[in-house]
Amino acid sequence: MDTIAIPAINLAVIAPEVVLSVVAMALLLINVFVKSEQKGYLGYLSIAGILGTLLMLIPAWGSSVEGFSGTIIQDNFAIFFKVIFLISAAMSILITDKYLEREGCNQGEIYPLILFATVGMMLMASGTDLMTIFLGLEVLSVSLYVLAGFNRNNIKSNEAGLKYFLLGAFSTGFLLYGMALTYGATGTTKIAKIASYIAMNGVSSSNLMLVAGMILMSTGFAFKVAAAPFHMWTPDVYEGAPTPMTAFMSVGPKAAGFAAFARVLLVALPALKPEWSSLLWVLAVLTMTVGNITALYQQNIKRMLAYSSIAHAGYILVGFTAGNAVGTAGILFYMLSYAFMNIGAFAIIILVGKKGEENSNVSDYAGFGYRHPVLGIAFCIFLFSLAGIPPAAGFIGKFYLFSGAIQAGYIWLAVIGVLNSAASVYYYLRVMVFMYFKEPTEDFEWVKLTPAFVLCLLIAVIGVLVPGVLPGLFLELAQKAVLM
Amino acid sequence: MVSLNFYLVLSAILFAIGTIGVLTRRNAIVIFMCVELMLNAVNLTFIAFSKYLGNLDGQIFVFFVMTVAAAEAAVGLALMIAYFKNRESIDVEDMNLMKW
Repeated sequence: MDTIAIPAINLAVIAPEVVLSVVAMALLLINVFVKSEQKGYLGYLSIAGILGTLLMLIPAWGSSVEGFSGTIIQDNFAIFFKVIFLISAAMSILITDKYLEREGCNQGEIYPLILFATVGMMLMASGTDLMTIFLGLEVLSVSLYVLAGFNRNNIKSNEAGLKYFLLGAFSTGFLLYGMALTYGATGTTKIAKIASYIAMNGVSSSNLMLVAGMILMSTGFAFKVAAAPFHMWTPDVYEGAPTPMTAFMSVGPKAAGFAAFARVLLVALPALKPEWSSLLWVLAVLTMTVGNITALYQQNIKRMLAYSSIAHAGYILVGFTAGNAVGTAGILFYMLSYAFMNIGAFAIIILVGKKGEENSNVSDYAGFGYRHPVLGIAFCIFLFSLAGIPPAAGFIGKFYLFSGAIQAGYIWLAVIGVLNSAASVYYYLRVMVFMYFKEPTEDFEWVKLTPAFVLCLLIAVIGVLVPGVLPGLFLELAQKAVLM
Repeated sequence: MVSLNFYLVLSAILFAIGTIGVLTRRNAIVIFMCVELMLNAVNLTFIAFSKYLGNLDGQIFVFFVMTVAAAEAAVGLALMIAYFKNRESIDVEDMNLMKW
Protein backbone atom coordinates (compact mmCIF):
# COMPACT_ATOMS: atom_id res chain seq x y z
CA MET A 1 0.00 0.00 0.00
CA ASP A 2 1.32 3.42 -0.82
CA THR A 3 0.87 6.16 1.70
CA ILE A 4 -1.42 9.08 1.09
CA ALA A 5 0.64 12.11 0.16
CA ILE A 6 -0.94 15.47 0.89
CA PRO A 7 -1.75 16.82 -2.56
CA ALA A 8 -0.46 20.13 -3.76
CA ILE A 9 -3.47 22.40 -3.51
CA ASN A 10 -3.82 25.05 -6.15
CA LEU A 11 -7.07 26.86 -5.51
CA ALA A 12 -6.53 29.16 -8.50
CA VAL A 13 -7.46 26.26 -10.81
CA ILE A 14 -10.94 25.92 -9.35
CA ALA A 15 -11.46 29.59 -8.49
CA PRO A 16 -14.32 30.05 -11.01
CA GLU A 17 -16.12 26.95 -9.68
CA VAL A 18 -15.62 28.13 -6.10
CA VAL A 19 -17.03 31.56 -6.86
CA LEU A 20 -20.06 30.12 -8.60
CA SER A 21 -20.72 27.64 -5.77
CA VAL A 22 -20.45 30.39 -3.17
CA VAL A 23 -22.88 32.56 -5.13
CA ALA A 24 -25.28 29.62 -5.37
CA MET A 25 -25.13 28.92 -1.64
CA ALA A 26 -25.58 32.61 -0.83
CA LEU A 27 -28.64 32.67 -3.09
CA LEU A 28 -30.10 29.70 -1.21
CA LEU A 29 -29.84 31.75 1.98
CA ILE A 30 -31.13 34.98 0.44
CA ASN A 31 -34.03 33.06 -1.07
CA VAL A 32 -35.53 32.55 2.38
CA PHE A 33 -35.97 36.29 2.87
CA VAL A 34 -37.35 37.15 -0.57
CA LYS A 35 -41.08 37.43 -1.18
CA SER A 36 -42.44 35.03 -3.74
CA GLU A 37 -43.33 37.73 -6.30
CA GLN A 38 -39.78 39.10 -6.12
CA LYS A 39 -37.93 35.85 -6.77
CA GLY A 40 -36.92 37.20 -10.16
CA TYR A 41 -34.28 39.33 -8.48
CA LEU A 42 -32.48 36.13 -7.51
CA GLY A 43 -32.17 35.45 -11.21
CA TYR A 44 -30.38 38.75 -11.74
CA LEU A 45 -28.08 38.03 -8.80
CA SER A 46 -27.20 34.65 -10.28
CA ILE A 47 -26.51 36.28 -13.65
CA ALA A 48 -24.17 38.68 -11.83
CA GLY A 49 -22.43 35.64 -10.35
CA ILE A 50 -22.13 34.06 -13.79
CA LEU A 51 -20.68 37.26 -15.24
CA GLY A 52 -18.15 37.38 -12.41
CA THR A 53 -17.15 33.80 -13.14
CA LEU A 54 -16.80 34.61 -16.84
CA LEU A 55 -14.53 37.54 -16.00
CA MET A 56 -12.33 35.20 -13.97
CA LEU A 57 -12.18 32.62 -16.75
CA ILE A 58 -11.31 34.83 -19.70
CA PRO A 59 -7.87 36.01 -18.44
CA ALA A 60 -6.94 32.33 -17.94
CA TRP A 61 -7.26 31.71 -21.68
CA GLY A 62 -4.01 30.50 -23.22
CA SER A 63 -2.55 29.06 -20.05
CA SER A 64 -2.76 25.48 -18.88
CA VAL A 65 -2.67 25.01 -15.09
CA GLU A 66 -3.04 21.75 -13.21
CA GLY A 67 -4.12 21.45 -9.63
CA PHE A 68 -4.98 18.99 -6.87
CA SER A 69 -2.22 16.56 -7.87
CA GLY A 70 -3.31 16.41 -11.46
CA THR A 71 -7.00 15.68 -10.96
CA ILE A 72 -8.15 18.94 -12.48
CA ILE A 73 -6.85 21.16 -15.23
CA GLN A 74 -7.67 24.61 -16.52
CA ASP A 75 -6.71 24.57 -20.20
CA ASN A 76 -8.14 26.17 -23.31
CA PHE A 77 -10.37 23.18 -23.95
CA ALA A 78 -11.91 23.45 -20.47
CA ILE A 79 -12.25 27.23 -20.69
CA PHE A 80 -13.97 27.10 -24.08
CA PHE A 81 -16.54 24.66 -22.73
CA LYS A 82 -16.97 26.58 -19.50
CA VAL A 83 -17.83 29.71 -21.47
CA ILE A 84 -20.50 27.69 -23.31
CA PHE A 85 -21.94 26.43 -20.00
CA LEU A 86 -22.00 29.89 -18.45
CA ILE A 87 -23.61 31.48 -21.49
CA SER A 88 -26.28 28.80 -21.66
CA ALA A 89 -26.95 29.06 -17.92
CA ALA A 90 -27.26 32.85 -18.10
CA MET A 91 -29.56 32.72 -21.12
CA SER A 92 -31.76 30.08 -19.48
CA ILE A 93 -31.99 32.13 -16.31
CA LEU A 94 -33.12 35.16 -18.34
CA ILE A 95 -36.15 33.25 -19.62
CA THR A 96 -36.94 31.42 -16.36
CA ASP A 97 -38.59 34.08 -14.24
CA LYS A 98 -41.57 34.86 -16.45
CA TYR A 99 -42.21 31.19 -17.12
CA LEU A 100 -42.27 30.30 -13.43
CA GLU A 101 -44.66 33.15 -12.73
CA ARG A 102 -47.01 31.94 -15.46
CA GLU A 103 -46.92 28.33 -14.31
CA GLY A 104 -47.39 29.35 -10.68
CA CYS A 105 -44.32 27.62 -9.29
CA ASN A 106 -42.34 30.72 -8.48
CA GLN A 107 -39.70 29.26 -6.20
CA GLY A 108 -36.27 30.78 -5.88
CA GLU A 109 -34.46 27.45 -5.49
CA ILE A 110 -34.33 27.07 -9.24
CA TYR A 111 -31.51 29.61 -9.61
CA PRO A 112 -29.06 28.01 -7.16
CA LEU A 113 -29.86 24.64 -8.73
CA ILE A 114 -28.97 25.95 -12.18
CA LEU A 115 -25.72 27.33 -10.78
CA PHE A 116 -24.88 24.03 -9.06
CA ALA A 117 -25.56 22.18 -12.30
CA THR A 118 -23.22 24.64 -14.04
CA VAL A 119 -20.50 23.98 -11.45
CA GLY A 120 -20.90 20.26 -12.12
CA MET A 121 -20.50 20.83 -15.86
CA MET A 122 -17.41 22.95 -15.29
CA LEU A 123 -15.85 20.19 -13.18
CA MET A 124 -16.61 17.68 -15.93
CA ALA A 125 -14.91 19.83 -18.54
CA SER A 126 -11.75 20.30 -16.51
CA GLY A 127 -11.58 16.93 -14.75
CA THR A 128 -8.45 14.97 -15.62
CA ASP A 129 -9.21 12.12 -13.27
CA LEU A 130 -12.09 9.67 -13.67
CA MET A 131 -13.07 10.58 -10.11
CA THR A 132 -13.38 14.31 -10.84
CA ILE A 133 -15.32 13.60 -14.00
CA PHE A 134 -17.67 11.30 -12.12
CA LEU A 135 -18.21 13.81 -9.32
CA GLY A 136 -18.85 16.64 -11.77
CA LEU A 137 -21.29 14.47 -13.67
CA GLU A 138 -23.19 13.65 -10.51
CA VAL A 139 -23.31 17.23 -9.25
CA LEU A 140 -24.79 18.06 -12.63
CA SER A 141 -27.18 15.11 -12.77
CA VAL A 142 -28.57 15.42 -9.25
CA SER A 143 -29.35 19.10 -9.85
CA LEU A 144 -30.90 18.30 -13.22
CA TYR A 145 -33.21 15.62 -11.80
CA VAL A 146 -34.68 18.28 -9.53
CA LEU A 147 -34.81 20.89 -12.30
CA ALA A 148 -36.67 18.49 -14.61
CA GLY A 149 -39.25 17.81 -11.90
CA PHE A 150 -39.27 21.39 -10.68
CA ASN A 151 -42.90 22.16 -11.41
CA ARG A 152 -44.17 20.03 -8.56
CA ASN A 153 -47.85 20.49 -9.26
CA ASN A 154 -47.59 19.56 -12.91
CA ILE A 155 -47.83 15.83 -13.36
CA LYS A 156 -45.86 15.88 -16.60
CA SER A 157 -42.99 17.60 -14.86
CA ASN A 158 -43.14 15.01 -12.05
CA GLU A 159 -43.03 12.25 -14.59
CA ALA A 160 -40.12 13.86 -16.44
CA GLY A 161 -38.12 14.22 -13.23
CA LEU A 162 -38.73 10.66 -12.12
CA LYS A 163 -37.98 9.16 -15.54
CA TYR A 164 -34.79 11.18 -15.83
CA PHE A 165 -33.77 10.14 -12.34
CA LEU A 166 -34.35 6.40 -12.83
CA LEU A 167 -32.66 6.22 -16.22
CA GLY A 168 -29.89 8.62 -15.24
CA ALA A 169 -28.99 6.58 -12.16
CA PHE A 170 -29.11 3.43 -14.29
CA SER A 171 -26.66 4.89 -16.79
CA THR A 172 -24.38 6.08 -13.98
CA GLY A 173 -24.02 2.42 -13.03
CA PHE A 174 -22.67 1.59 -16.49
CA LEU A 175 -20.34 4.56 -16.52
CA LEU A 176 -18.95 3.60 -13.12
CA TYR A 177 -18.48 -0.03 -14.05
CA GLY A 178 -16.53 1.12 -17.09
CA MET A 179 -14.40 3.34 -14.89
CA ALA A 180 -13.80 0.45 -12.47
CA LEU A 181 -12.65 -1.85 -15.28
CA THR A 182 -10.40 0.83 -16.73
CA TYR A 183 -8.92 1.33 -13.29
CA GLY A 184 -8.40 -2.40 -12.96
CA ALA A 185 -6.72 -2.66 -16.35
CA THR A 186 -4.37 0.28 -15.91
CA GLY A 187 -4.03 0.67 -12.13
CA THR A 188 -4.84 4.37 -12.11
CA THR A 189 -7.80 6.69 -12.44
CA LYS A 190 -5.79 9.64 -13.76
CA ILE A 191 -6.38 10.26 -17.42
CA ALA A 192 -2.78 11.15 -18.28
CA LYS A 193 -1.48 8.12 -16.39
CA ILE A 194 -3.94 5.79 -18.12
CA ALA A 195 -2.57 7.03 -21.44
CA SER A 196 1.06 6.64 -20.39
CA TYR A 197 0.39 3.18 -18.94
CA ILE A 198 -1.13 2.06 -22.23
CA ALA A 199 1.69 3.66 -24.20
CA MET A 200 4.29 1.92 -22.04
CA ASN A 201 2.76 -1.52 -21.74
CA GLY A 202 1.27 -1.58 -25.19
CA VAL A 203 -2.17 -2.72 -24.06
CA SER A 204 -3.90 -3.54 -27.30
CA SER A 205 -7.41 -4.49 -28.23
CA SER A 206 -6.64 -7.98 -26.91
CA ASN A 207 -6.97 -6.58 -23.40
CA LEU A 208 -10.63 -7.37 -22.89
CA MET A 209 -10.94 -5.58 -19.58
CA LEU A 210 -9.80 -2.27 -21.01
CA VAL A 211 -11.99 -2.59 -24.10
CA ALA A 212 -14.97 -3.51 -21.94
CA GLY A 213 -14.23 -0.51 -19.74
CA MET A 214 -14.09 1.75 -22.77
CA ILE A 215 -17.39 0.39 -24.11
CA LEU A 216 -19.17 0.71 -20.76
CA MET A 217 -17.90 4.27 -20.25
CA SER A 218 -19.01 5.15 -23.77
CA THR A 219 -22.46 3.76 -22.93
CA GLY A 220 -22.65 5.99 -19.89
CA PHE A 221 -21.57 9.07 -21.79
CA ALA A 222 -23.78 8.23 -24.77
CA PHE A 223 -26.70 8.21 -22.37
CA LYS A 224 -25.78 11.61 -20.96
CA VAL A 225 -25.46 13.21 -24.39
CA ALA A 226 -28.66 11.44 -25.57
CA ALA A 227 -27.15 9.37 -28.37
CA ALA A 228 -29.27 6.61 -29.90
CA PRO A 229 -29.93 3.86 -28.83
CA PHE A 230 -29.63 5.40 -25.36
CA HIS A 231 -31.89 8.36 -26.17
CA MET A 232 -35.23 6.96 -24.95
CA TRP A 233 -35.45 9.29 -21.96
CA THR A 234 -34.81 12.47 -23.95
CA PRO A 235 -38.16 13.23 -25.60
CA ASP A 236 -40.17 12.52 -22.45
CA VAL A 237 -37.89 14.51 -20.18
CA TYR A 238 -37.60 17.43 -22.59
CA GLU A 239 -41.35 17.55 -23.09
CA GLY A 240 -42.27 17.31 -19.42
CA ALA A 241 -39.59 19.51 -17.89
CA PRO A 242 -40.27 23.24 -17.46
CA THR A 243 -39.41 24.81 -20.85
CA PRO A 244 -36.51 27.04 -19.67
CA MET A 245 -34.97 23.95 -18.07
CA THR A 246 -35.44 22.02 -21.29
CA ALA A 247 -33.50 24.76 -23.04
CA PHE A 248 -30.78 24.52 -20.42
CA MET A 249 -30.71 20.72 -20.43
CA SER A 250 -30.51 20.40 -24.18
CA VAL A 251 -27.36 22.55 -24.37
CA GLY A 252 -25.20 22.61 -21.24
CA PRO A 253 -25.25 19.00 -20.06
CA LYS A 254 -24.90 17.78 -23.63
CA ALA A 255 -21.78 19.93 -24.09
CA ALA A 256 -20.45 18.78 -20.70
CA GLY A 257 -20.99 15.14 -21.63
CA PHE A 258 -19.09 15.66 -24.87
CA ALA A 259 -16.28 17.50 -23.07
CA ALA A 260 -15.71 14.66 -20.61
CA PHE A 261 -16.21 12.04 -23.33
CA ALA A 262 -13.60 13.79 -25.49
CA ARG A 263 -11.08 13.93 -22.69
CA VAL A 264 -11.52 10.28 -21.83
CA LEU A 265 -11.35 9.01 -25.40
CA LEU A 266 -8.86 11.42 -26.98
CA VAL A 267 -6.45 11.83 -24.07
CA ALA A 268 -6.75 8.63 -22.02
CA LEU A 269 -7.52 6.05 -24.68
CA PRO A 270 -6.03 7.21 -27.99
CA ALA A 271 -4.45 3.74 -28.24
CA LEU A 272 -7.92 2.24 -28.65
CA LYS A 273 -8.89 4.62 -31.44
CA PRO A 274 -9.65 1.88 -33.99
CA GLU A 275 -12.10 0.35 -31.51
CA TRP A 276 -13.84 3.48 -30.31
CA SER A 277 -14.06 5.16 -33.68
CA SER A 278 -15.92 2.18 -35.15
CA LEU A 279 -18.21 2.19 -32.10
CA LEU A 280 -18.84 5.92 -32.49
CA TRP A 281 -19.42 5.50 -36.23
CA VAL A 282 -22.39 3.27 -35.49
CA LEU A 283 -23.61 5.54 -32.69
CA ALA A 284 -23.36 8.64 -34.92
CA VAL A 285 -25.31 7.10 -37.80
CA LEU A 286 -27.99 5.69 -35.51
CA THR A 287 -28.31 8.92 -33.54
CA MET A 288 -28.64 11.18 -36.57
CA THR A 289 -31.07 8.91 -38.35
CA VAL A 290 -33.30 8.04 -35.40
CA GLY A 291 -33.39 11.66 -34.25
CA ASN A 292 -34.26 13.12 -37.62
CA ILE A 293 -36.74 10.49 -38.75
CA THR A 294 -38.68 10.55 -35.50
CA ALA A 295 -38.69 14.33 -35.45
CA LEU A 296 -40.55 14.30 -38.77
CA TYR A 297 -43.66 12.92 -37.06
CA GLN A 298 -43.79 15.14 -34.00
CA GLN A 299 -46.74 17.47 -33.37
CA ASN A 300 -45.53 18.91 -30.07
CA ILE A 301 -42.80 21.43 -30.75
CA LYS A 302 -40.89 20.71 -27.53
CA ARG A 303 -40.82 17.05 -28.45
CA MET A 304 -39.76 17.91 -31.99
CA LEU A 305 -36.84 19.94 -30.66
CA ALA A 306 -36.00 17.05 -28.33
CA TYR A 307 -35.62 14.71 -31.30
CA SER A 308 -33.78 17.44 -33.16
CA SER A 309 -31.36 17.70 -30.23
CA ILE A 310 -30.78 13.94 -30.51
CA ALA A 311 -29.98 14.45 -34.19
CA HIS A 312 -27.58 17.26 -33.31
CA ALA A 313 -25.79 14.97 -30.85
CA GLY A 314 -25.39 12.67 -33.86
CA TYR A 315 -23.74 15.42 -35.95
CA ILE A 316 -21.34 16.09 -33.12
CA LEU A 317 -20.55 12.37 -32.88
CA VAL A 318 -19.53 12.56 -36.56
CA GLY A 319 -16.80 15.03 -35.61
CA PHE A 320 -15.92 12.75 -32.72
CA THR A 321 -15.58 9.67 -34.89
CA ALA A 322 -13.13 11.58 -37.05
CA GLY A 323 -11.11 12.30 -33.92
CA ASN A 324 -8.80 14.73 -35.75
CA ALA A 325 -8.12 18.41 -35.13
CA VAL A 326 -10.72 19.64 -37.64
CA GLY A 327 -13.42 17.39 -36.23
CA THR A 328 -12.67 18.38 -32.64
CA ALA A 329 -12.61 22.07 -33.49
CA GLY A 330 -15.95 21.45 -35.22
CA ILE A 331 -17.37 19.96 -32.02
CA LEU A 332 -16.36 23.05 -30.03
CA PHE A 333 -17.67 25.49 -32.62
CA TYR A 334 -20.90 23.55 -33.05
CA MET A 335 -21.60 23.32 -29.33
CA LEU A 336 -21.13 27.10 -29.03
CA SER A 337 -23.49 27.91 -31.87
CA TYR A 338 -25.96 25.21 -30.79
CA ALA A 339 -26.22 26.92 -27.39
CA PHE A 340 -27.39 30.15 -29.01
CA MET A 341 -29.77 28.72 -31.57
CA ASN A 342 -31.45 26.19 -29.31
CA ILE A 343 -31.97 28.44 -26.30
CA GLY A 344 -33.23 31.14 -28.69
CA ALA A 345 -35.77 28.74 -30.15
CA PHE A 346 -36.94 27.66 -26.70
CA ALA A 347 -37.29 31.30 -25.63
CA ILE A 348 -39.81 31.79 -28.45
CA ILE A 349 -41.61 28.60 -27.43
CA ILE A 350 -41.98 29.95 -23.90
CA LEU A 351 -43.39 33.23 -25.26
CA VAL A 352 -45.96 31.49 -27.44
CA GLY A 353 -46.95 28.97 -24.75
CA LYS A 354 -49.77 29.46 -22.30
CA LYS A 355 -50.19 28.32 -18.72
CA GLY A 356 -49.96 24.57 -18.25
CA GLU A 357 -47.78 24.08 -21.32
CA GLU A 358 -50.73 24.71 -23.59
CA ASN A 359 -50.23 25.91 -27.11
CA SER A 360 -47.07 24.01 -27.80
CA ASN A 361 -48.12 22.17 -30.93
CA VAL A 362 -46.62 23.06 -34.27
CA SER A 363 -50.09 23.91 -35.58
CA ASP A 364 -50.53 26.49 -32.83
CA TYR A 365 -47.98 28.63 -34.63
CA ALA A 366 -50.38 29.35 -37.50
CA GLY A 367 -50.00 32.96 -38.54
CA PHE A 368 -47.53 33.78 -35.76
CA GLY A 369 -45.13 35.34 -38.25
CA TYR A 370 -47.68 38.02 -39.18
CA ARG A 371 -48.87 38.83 -35.69
CA HIS A 372 -45.34 39.22 -34.34
CA PRO A 373 -43.04 39.91 -37.31
CA VAL A 374 -39.86 40.50 -35.31
CA LEU A 375 -40.26 37.40 -33.18
CA GLY A 376 -41.17 35.47 -36.32
CA ILE A 377 -37.95 36.51 -38.04
CA ALA A 378 -35.92 35.65 -34.93
CA PHE A 379 -37.54 32.20 -34.79
CA CYS A 380 -36.78 31.70 -38.49
CA ILE A 381 -33.12 32.57 -37.89
CA PHE A 382 -32.88 29.94 -35.13
CA LEU A 383 -34.65 27.32 -37.21
CA PHE A 384 -32.47 28.05 -40.26
CA SER A 385 -29.42 27.69 -38.09
CA LEU A 386 -30.67 24.41 -36.63
CA ALA A 387 -31.33 23.16 -40.15
CA GLY A 388 -27.81 24.17 -41.16
CA ILE A 389 -28.66 26.74 -43.81
CA PRO A 390 -26.08 29.51 -44.43
CA PRO A 391 -25.37 32.20 -43.31
CA ALA A 392 -26.29 30.92 -39.85
CA ALA A 393 -23.68 29.48 -37.49
CA GLY A 394 -25.21 26.01 -37.70
CA PHE A 395 -24.05 25.71 -41.30
CA ILE A 396 -20.40 26.49 -40.55
CA GLY A 397 -20.43 24.09 -37.62
CA LYS A 398 -21.83 21.24 -39.68
CA PHE A 399 -19.42 22.05 -42.49
CA TYR A 400 -16.49 21.64 -40.10
CA LEU A 401 -17.82 18.47 -38.50
CA PHE A 402 -18.37 16.81 -41.86
CA SER A 403 -15.09 18.00 -43.37
CA GLY A 404 -13.32 16.57 -40.32
CA ALA A 405 -14.95 13.22 -41.10
CA ILE A 406 -13.92 13.43 -44.77
CA GLN A 407 -10.33 14.27 -43.82
CA ALA A 408 -10.22 11.24 -41.59
CA GLY A 409 -11.50 9.09 -44.47
CA TYR A 410 -15.07 8.57 -43.27
CA ILE A 411 -16.67 9.56 -46.56
CA TRP A 412 -19.83 7.53 -46.03
CA LEU A 413 -20.32 8.93 -42.58
CA ALA A 414 -20.20 12.47 -44.00
CA VAL A 415 -22.62 11.48 -46.78
CA ILE A 416 -25.10 10.05 -44.27
CA GLY A 417 -24.69 13.19 -42.20
CA VAL A 418 -25.45 15.50 -45.11
CA LEU A 419 -28.48 13.41 -46.13
CA ASN A 420 -29.76 13.55 -42.57
CA SER A 421 -29.21 17.27 -42.45
CA ALA A 422 -31.26 17.61 -45.63
CA ALA A 423 -34.08 15.54 -44.13
CA SER A 424 -34.09 17.73 -41.04
CA VAL A 425 -34.90 20.79 -43.14
CA TYR A 426 -38.40 19.37 -43.59
CA TYR A 427 -39.50 19.57 -39.99
CA TYR A 428 -37.86 22.92 -39.33
CA LEU A 429 -39.44 24.41 -42.43
CA ARG A 430 -42.79 22.95 -41.42
CA VAL A 431 -42.88 25.31 -38.44
CA MET A 432 -42.12 28.22 -40.78
CA VAL A 433 -44.86 27.11 -43.15
CA PHE A 434 -47.33 27.27 -40.27
CA MET A 435 -45.97 30.63 -39.21
CA TYR A 436 -46.29 32.30 -42.61
CA PHE A 437 -48.59 30.31 -44.89
CA LYS A 438 -51.50 29.37 -42.63
CA GLU A 439 -54.37 31.58 -41.63
CA PRO A 440 -53.97 32.77 -38.04
CA THR A 441 -56.46 31.15 -35.68
CA GLU A 442 -55.26 33.11 -32.65
CA ASP A 443 -54.35 36.74 -32.11
CA PHE A 444 -51.31 35.91 -29.89
CA GLU A 445 -52.12 38.91 -27.72
CA TRP A 446 -50.70 37.10 -24.67
CA VAL A 447 -47.22 37.14 -26.20
CA LYS A 448 -45.55 39.91 -24.22
CA LEU A 449 -41.85 40.62 -24.36
CA THR A 450 -40.05 41.51 -21.15
CA PRO A 451 -36.60 43.16 -21.12
CA ALA A 452 -35.05 39.85 -20.01
CA PHE A 453 -36.53 38.07 -23.04
CA VAL A 454 -35.41 40.83 -25.39
CA LEU A 455 -31.89 40.52 -24.01
CA CYS A 456 -31.89 36.73 -24.31
CA LEU A 457 -33.20 36.80 -27.88
CA LEU A 458 -30.75 39.53 -28.83
CA ILE A 459 -27.81 37.51 -27.50
CA ALA A 460 -29.12 34.44 -29.31
CA VAL A 461 -29.56 36.21 -32.65
CA ILE A 462 -26.10 37.78 -32.43
CA GLY A 463 -24.65 34.46 -31.34
CA VAL A 464 -26.16 32.73 -34.35
CA LEU A 465 -25.42 35.36 -36.99
CA VAL A 466 -21.97 36.65 -36.06
CA PRO A 467 -20.17 33.28 -36.03
CA GLY A 468 -22.13 32.40 -39.15
CA VAL A 469 -21.07 35.45 -41.13
CA LEU A 470 -17.59 35.87 -39.65
CA PRO A 471 -16.58 32.36 -38.60
CA GLY A 472 -12.83 33.08 -38.71
CA LEU A 473 -12.34 34.37 -35.18
CA PHE A 474 -14.51 31.71 -33.55
CA LEU A 475 -12.91 28.88 -35.50
CA GLU A 476 -9.49 30.16 -34.53
CA LEU A 477 -10.52 30.11 -30.87
CA ALA A 478 -11.93 26.61 -31.28
CA GLN A 479 -8.75 25.40 -32.97
CA LYS A 480 -6.66 26.78 -30.12
CA ALA A 481 -8.86 24.91 -27.68
CA VAL A 482 -8.64 21.41 -29.20
CA LEU A 483 -6.97 18.79 -27.11
CA MET A 484 -4.27 17.82 -29.60
CA MET B 1 -6.31 -16.22 -0.39
CA VAL B 2 -9.29 -15.73 -2.66
CA SER B 3 -8.17 -14.80 -6.14
CA LEU B 4 -9.15 -11.57 -7.85
CA ASN B 5 -11.24 -13.37 -10.43
CA PHE B 6 -13.72 -14.58 -7.83
CA TYR B 7 -14.41 -11.02 -6.76
CA LEU B 8 -14.72 -9.86 -10.34
CA VAL B 9 -17.13 -12.65 -11.22
CA LEU B 10 -19.18 -12.00 -8.09
CA SER B 11 -19.44 -8.30 -8.85
CA ALA B 12 -20.28 -8.99 -12.49
CA ILE B 13 -23.09 -11.29 -11.33
CA LEU B 14 -24.37 -8.66 -8.89
CA PHE B 15 -24.22 -6.03 -11.62
CA ALA B 16 -26.16 -8.29 -13.98
CA ILE B 17 -28.81 -8.98 -11.33
CA GLY B 18 -29.18 -5.26 -10.78
CA THR B 19 -29.47 -4.57 -14.51
CA ILE B 20 -32.07 -7.30 -14.99
CA GLY B 21 -33.97 -5.94 -12.02
CA VAL B 22 -34.06 -2.43 -13.50
CA LEU B 23 -35.31 -3.78 -16.80
CA THR B 24 -37.98 -6.12 -15.45
CA ARG B 25 -39.35 -4.57 -12.24
CA ARG B 26 -42.28 -2.17 -12.36
CA ASN B 27 -42.12 -0.43 -9.00
CA ALA B 28 -39.95 2.70 -9.09
CA ILE B 29 -38.53 2.08 -5.61
CA VAL B 30 -37.54 -1.49 -6.47
CA ILE B 31 -35.93 -0.20 -9.65
CA PHE B 32 -33.98 2.29 -7.61
CA MET B 33 -32.86 -0.47 -5.24
CA CYS B 34 -31.64 -2.43 -8.24
CA VAL B 35 -29.63 0.62 -9.34
CA GLU B 36 -28.10 0.71 -5.87
CA LEU B 37 -27.19 -2.95 -6.28
CA MET B 38 -25.42 -2.08 -9.53
CA LEU B 39 -23.47 0.68 -7.80
CA ASN B 40 -22.47 -1.67 -5.00
CA ALA B 41 -21.32 -4.24 -7.53
CA VAL B 42 -19.09 -1.52 -8.96
CA ASN B 43 -17.84 -0.70 -5.46
CA LEU B 44 -16.87 -4.32 -4.98
CA THR B 45 -14.94 -4.24 -8.25
CA PHE B 46 -13.12 -1.11 -7.17
CA ILE B 47 -12.18 -2.52 -3.77
CA ALA B 48 -11.02 -5.83 -5.21
CA PHE B 49 -8.82 -4.06 -7.76
CA SER B 50 -7.54 -1.67 -5.12
CA LYS B 51 -6.49 -4.58 -2.90
CA TYR B 52 -4.84 -6.55 -5.69
CA LEU B 53 -3.12 -3.59 -7.30
CA GLY B 54 -1.92 -2.33 -3.93
CA ASN B 55 -3.19 1.14 -4.75
CA LEU B 56 -5.62 3.26 -2.76
CA ASP B 57 -7.32 5.11 -5.63
CA GLY B 58 -10.06 2.51 -5.91
CA GLN B 59 -11.00 2.73 -2.27
CA ILE B 60 -11.18 6.52 -2.42
CA PHE B 61 -13.41 6.21 -5.46
CA VAL B 62 -15.74 3.98 -3.45
CA PHE B 63 -16.20 6.67 -0.83
CA PHE B 64 -17.25 9.10 -3.54
CA VAL B 65 -19.62 6.57 -5.06
CA MET B 66 -21.27 5.99 -1.70
CA THR B 67 -21.63 9.72 -1.06
CA VAL B 68 -23.12 10.28 -4.47
CA ALA B 69 -25.47 7.33 -4.05
CA ALA B 70 -26.75 8.85 -0.82
CA ALA B 71 -27.35 12.21 -2.51
CA GLU B 72 -29.09 10.48 -5.38
CA ALA B 73 -31.32 8.55 -2.99
CA ALA B 74 -32.37 11.78 -1.28
CA VAL B 75 -33.29 13.46 -4.55
CA GLY B 76 -34.84 10.34 -6.05
CA LEU B 77 -37.12 9.59 -3.12
CA ALA B 78 -38.21 13.24 -3.05
CA LEU B 79 -39.11 13.02 -6.74
CA MET B 80 -41.05 9.82 -6.07
CA ILE B 81 -43.00 11.47 -3.27
CA ALA B 82 -43.87 14.42 -5.51
CA TYR B 83 -45.00 12.01 -8.21
CA PHE B 84 -46.97 9.88 -5.79
CA LYS B 85 -48.82 12.93 -4.45
CA ASN B 86 -50.16 13.71 -7.89
CA ARG B 87 -50.61 10.23 -9.26
CA GLU B 88 -51.03 7.94 -6.22
CA SER B 89 -48.86 5.30 -7.80
CA ILE B 90 -45.16 4.82 -8.43
CA ASP B 91 -45.64 2.03 -10.93
CA VAL B 92 -43.55 2.80 -14.01
CA GLU B 93 -46.34 1.40 -16.19
CA ASP B 94 -48.37 4.43 -15.13
CA MET B 95 -45.68 6.84 -16.29
CA ASN B 96 -47.22 7.07 -19.71
CA LEU B 97 -48.43 10.64 -20.07
CA MET B 98 -45.85 11.37 -22.72
CA LYS B 99 -45.42 9.02 -25.62
CA TRP B 100 -44.36 9.47 -29.23
